[in-house]
Amino acid sequence: MSTTDLGMPAVRDDSRDTGLPTHSPAGQGHLRGTTSFPRAARTELADTQLRRNLGKATGIIRAKRAGVVAELEDWEDLRLAGSAIKADVMARLPELLEQLEENVTARGGTVHWARDAEEANRIVTELVRATGADEVVKVKSMATQETGLNEALEAAGIAAWETDLAELIVQLGHDTPSHILVPAIHRNRSEIREIFLREMPDVDPALSDDPRALAMAARAHLRRKFLSARVAVSGANFAVADTGTLAVVESEGNGRMCLTLPRTLITLMGVEKLVPTWSDLEVFLQLLPRSSTGERMNPYTSTWTGVTPGDGPQEFHLVLLDNGRSAVLADPDGRAALHCIRCSACLNVCPVYERVGGHAYGSVYPGPIGAVLTPMLTGISGADDPNASLPYASSLCGACFDACPVRIDIPNLLVQQRAASVESHTRPTAQDLAMKAAAVAMTSAGRFRAAEKGLGLGRLLAGREGRITSLPWPASVVASHWTGARDVPAPPAETARQWWERTGGGA
Amino acid sequence: MKIAVMATCLGDALFPQAVQATVQLLQRLGHTVLFPPGQTCCGQMHVNTGYLREAVPVVRHHVEVFGPVAEGTWDAVVAPSGSCTGSVRHQHAVVARRAGDERLAERAEAVAARTFELSELLVDVLGVSDVGAYYPHRVTYHPTCHSLRMLRVGDKPLQLLRAVRGLELVDLPDAEVCCGFGGTFAVKNSDTSTAMLADKMRNVLDTRAEVCTAGDSSCLMHIGGGLGRLRTGVRTVHLAEILASTEATQTPAAAGSPGGVRDEPVEAQR
Ligand code: SF4
Repeated sequence: MSTTDLGMPAVRDDSRDTGLPTHSPAGQGHLRGTTSFPRAARTELADTQLRRNLGKATGIIRAKRAGVVAELEDWEDLRLAGSAIKADVMARLPELLEQLEENVTARGGTVHWARDAEEANRIVTELVRATGADEVVKVKSMATQETGLNEALEAAGIAAWETDLAELIVQLGHDTPSHILVPAIHRNRSEIREIFLREMPDVDPALSDDPRALAMAARAHLRRKFLSARVAVSGANFAVADTGTLAVVESEGNGRMCLTLPRTLITLMGVEKLVPTWSDLEVFLQLLPRSSTGERMNPYTSTWTGVTPGDGPQEFHLVLLDNGRSAVLADPDGRAALHCIRCSACLNVCPVYERVGGHAYGSVYPGPIGAVLTPMLTGISGADDPNASLPYASSLCGACFDACPVRIDIPNLLVQQRAASVESHTRPTAQDLAMKAAAVAMTSAGRFRAAEKGLGLGRLLAGREGRITSLPWPASVVASHWTGARDVPAPPAETARQWWERTGGGA
Repeated sequence: MKIAVMATCLGDALFPQAVQATVQLLQRLGHTVLFPPGQTCCGQMHVNTGYLREAVPVVRHHVEVFGPVAEGTWDAVVAPSGSCTGSVRHQHAVVARRAGDERLAERAEAVAARTFELSELLVDVLGVSDVGAYYPHRVTYHPTCHSLRMLRVGDKPLQLLRAVRGLELVDLPDAEVCCGFGGTFAVKNSDTSTAMLADKMRNVLDTRAEVCTAGDSSCLMHIGGGLGRLRTGVRTVHLAEILASTEATQTPAAAGSPGGVRDEPVEAQR
């Protein structure tokens, strides 16, 4: 059986930091919130409807996933294969990207390279403008959420219509996504009904909150858009380097409509979405649906290669997005974060995500993978950066690693990013000082004993967060943050060490 | 066997009864137990909070103190903690390598290879699952995350508990879900931690057990702190204490919290 190293740090070689690959620039796209995770979480935790909606939804998906994963005898081998393919991709990403560009171009597509979110948005906006269209239909895509494309298009006078049901609910509700796969997971059906009644122009006022009735209302609403739109914007789940093929997997069929009906198709894709060969898709098309929706197979898998005359979009643009990915790639220990296939299994099994939801992370990438990928993409600018708090948004319980179909050791990456967070401090914080003092106490039994005894357990236990004590463990733990909900263990009459010295282990 | 006990900083300072129980249990099984006097802490708090550089001297100290097990002077090191054993096994060498100290890394690996969590030592190394314990109480077991997913102890603790005479073992619903402790997570994200604790407590209470046990004093401190605050009357007792208990030397059921619990820091009460 596999084991996770729950918080295994890795070797970091500062000397190879050439300063070349850049992080996602501050102020662009949706990779940084405005408050630290603990503060944002506090608000979300108080939303009882949210707690109920999330608990129910993640519980259902978890059970479905566990069921279909258990069916496959070779699940662990598939995970190993997925992990190995992605490791290979990252090891030769530049070469594979060029191969992809070559093949897409040879098949009549045009490839664009975007350094960051703003560049990507600018490229897409100009491409849409060139068609003369003032609206686009959209296939659900994390990359366009990451860059904030909808807002950029809107600013340019172009309406972007989300066609994925959950994404539509978020858009109509003037809300932000809270889950990678089910952006409206924080909404229940009566809330969705209200949003539809309020925001859909000619919806039946007698609309019920029956899921089928809601889906039908969305279908009627979208059908007109599909038929009239001349431009579609999508993301991609996979891009096959050796054929130049793009792939989108989905459940609803709205993506298929967008990918086939409009005249122009623009795909925005993170550079890490590559697989080397067509046959590699076999592994991921098994891993992804079982991990994400808990289905053996997703209902729709659309693939396209450049342009096919007389069939589907006659103009195809592929925009390849960096936005901090090169910086992640440059860290050999952290680059596994780029293996992510956005299945959302780690979110669904995460006890923190389940209670807090996606908004508290402040980034379009929430949950365990978001807690590492977000600060890796943006970098951490200092102790006050909201993204500095993300790597700590985990109890390091390890459930994410076990669920991840490509075996990303997220607990390990969390600890690495905690180290990055600590290393970003320009002035030592109270915690830095306490940790240093504790390390000194812990390297000598004499000092350790003095810390236990000399200071007196009473004083240790009375430590407040931020106060420097010689032994922050468990002293700072017993700060008011602890006693708000939990009693403090009464200090024993003697420590284990004193007991041993007194009895020699005899009684 | 000659077995050195690694008390862990938390076990030494706050939960000595779990350390004592580990010692007494192994002695009862016929082993020689020793307490290396130089021991302090494994450094896990530093590592898991992101202080990897500061952890290096702590790791070096641990490796020096427990070095004799690598030479064969002792046969094994045992810790009544899945989490601290996990730190020794999965973090020490990496912390050393990250700091460029390959010699320390190799020595840490040698120490780690002979360091075991209590249920691993009993079942895998000593080959016993019936330790001859007697504990007439209704008990539920919480598998701590690090023993479950880092050490993969599987059902070893349950094998041990099932063999305890008088003990009525009740399954804990959603047992594999984290209790919300997570070291400094419990204070840095205390609201989320408390929300997780609430669900763990609900599941514990649903079992109608008198005692909730686990292999880590840290998680028990968290769960027990919550159960105590709500005056639920359910106690937390370390696995070692249950296994150390016999008809002759029955650990009182309340052994998990000998002096009771407090809801204020000690100094504040003075
Ligand atoms: S990190 Fe793994 S489990 Fe999480 S979304 Fe990515 S692929 Fe899925």
